[in-house]
Amino acid sequence: MAHAEIRLSGFGGQGIILAGQIVGKAVSVFEDRNATLTQNYGPESRGGACCAQVVMSDEEIAYPDIVEPDVFVAMSQEAYNKYYEDVKPNGLSIIDEDLVVPKAVKSGGRLLKMPATRLADGMGKKFVANIVMLGFLAAVSDTVSTDALKEAVKSSVPKGTEELNMKAFQLGYDHGKRLPAATPAGKE
Amino acid sequence: MKAEKSILSGKHFFQGDTACAEGGIYAGCRFFGGYPITPATEVAERMAERLPAIGGIYIQMEDEIASMCAVLGAAWGGRKSMTSTSGPGFSLMMENFGLGIMTETPCVLVNVQRAGPSTGLPTAVGQGDMMQARWGSHGVYEVIALCPSSPQEAFNLTVRAFNLSEKYRLPVLVMMDEVVGHMTEKVVIPEPGELEVVPRRESRVAPDAYLPFKPDADLVPPMVRAGQGYHIHVTGLTHDERGYPVITKEAQEKLVRRLCDKIRVNRKDILSWEEREAENADVLVVAYGITARIAMLPIQMARKKGLKVGLFRLITAWPFPEERLRKLAGTVGGVVVPEINYGQMVFEVERCVAGKAPVRLVSHMGGSTHRPEDILNAIMDVAKNK
Repeated sequence: MAHAEIRLSGFGGQGIILAGQIVGKAVSVFEDRNATLTQNYGPESRGGACCAQVVMSDEEIAYPDIVEPDVFVAMSQEAYNKYYEDVKPNGLSIIDEDLVVPKAVKSGGRLLKMPATRLADGMGKKFVANIVMLGFLAAVSDTVSTDALKEAVKSSVPKGTEELNMKAFQLGYDHGKRLPAATPAGKE
Repeated sequence: MKAEKSILSGKHFFQGDTACAEGGIYAGCRFFGGYPITPATEVAERMAERLPAIGGIYIQMEDEIASMCAVLGAAWGGRKSMTSTSGPGFSLMMENFGLGIMTETPCVLVNVQRAGPSTGLPTAVGQGDMMQARWGSHGVYEVIALCPSSPQEAFNLTVRAFNLSEKYRLPVLVMMDEVVGHMTEKVVIPEPGELEVVPRRESRVAPDAYLPFKPDADLVPPMVRAGQGYHIHVTGLTHDERGYPVITKEAQEKLVRRLCDKIRVNRKDILSWEEREAENADVLVVAYGITARIAMLPIQMARKKGLKVGLFRLITAWPFPEERLRKLAGTVGGVVVPEINYGQMVFEVERCVAGKAPVRLVSHMGGSTHRPEDILNAIMDVAKNK
């Protein structure tokens, strides 16, 4: 994957920025390519729309801002409303289906719904919803390799929670692989 | 206490602020006195986490005035020391930054620039402090200010800032911006010893013969540390080589001229910039910090339209690389200067270009980086004049 842009969004407190950190680390440290992470959030640390933007490339990244995301992940309605129109025409949008009511998808674009928060809740740990979502992302998109993402998760989460987070990742991954439409998103 | 590795050699995915703190640690910084302020807080946060575990000291001071004082004091106590701030905090540090210049105190002051004036946009980018960096304290002096364009460079230039501060004995400025400070990217930290680390220039003269402000041939005096048995007097007043106040125009002439000349005479050693296809360009873009990086996109767009566009990226904003820019100005068709302010470094560029080519400022009041098309339009516009 030469150049790709991912926008992860939700509300403050869901671990969106950490998810972005993990994607960027997977690409730059574990795949040894280049990635930049930039973030937008309001003054509040809980609530409010927040978003993590990762630009990845085999080349040097001159422009670290997102122009048109190839992949857009939304884990809150506010964030979805704010950003859904920016996604690339043939891009992939992923929503937490219990938290987001989607609007019309651009023709050629793809929308995948999955219950990250519900799945995490099923583990008794709602706060790993971000990692469930990353597992899902690994299953349905070829922007980042699954192994690199796993390594990045392990080295980014608090010590002692690695096993829990890997379980969450696997849960999201398996869910993604079970989806009938889970082929790599509209890159062709 | 569990022994922590002081230098985290290897590949990381770090914010610019974090990389800056790690650069300080690599250079041997073991004292940080600061007051948190967005977007520089993460520098302090990292230091608060790291320094106590590696034999260093982190103090959160009551404000930025005290922070700068603490940093100067720590340097005289023998530590390599630094602080970080932004916006109003930089203004508050200016007075004691001048004290650091006058007392020739090696230390590093990091400014992660946000949009001002006043409290402005606390969480968003600006480049409006470039002239304040040069002239923000009162009186006659020279400064060194470095401008990183990436987290990796935030690491490397903080190491260099410490080296220059030790070599020339003055507070050195690292003029970051919010985007570079908060952007996360690959940062490779070298093994200890791989990068040059300049130690304190210590005096070998016996205490009874020691003159604390008697310079070596390069105009820089060697230093001692408080408590070593030397009798030293350090003052912001104009002083002689003993460090005692001498309130005369002769003492002023001798001291202040040397303080300036130690930078001016050694400028070739200090100056640093990056050129990308700058020779014989139709249009030269002069930029620094995040703006130099953003500018690469419109530069590439203009090249696709057949224009020869070069980049001249300031790494030292101060001293300004005027000899080189003057030379390039003789052959270039036009110069474009994007900055996140209403024109600051562009004045230096205009001074060097001296009417030989049109110079176009692309201003931005802050809050975000430039739109690439605004820089592209300026490039296309000055290219027409060729």
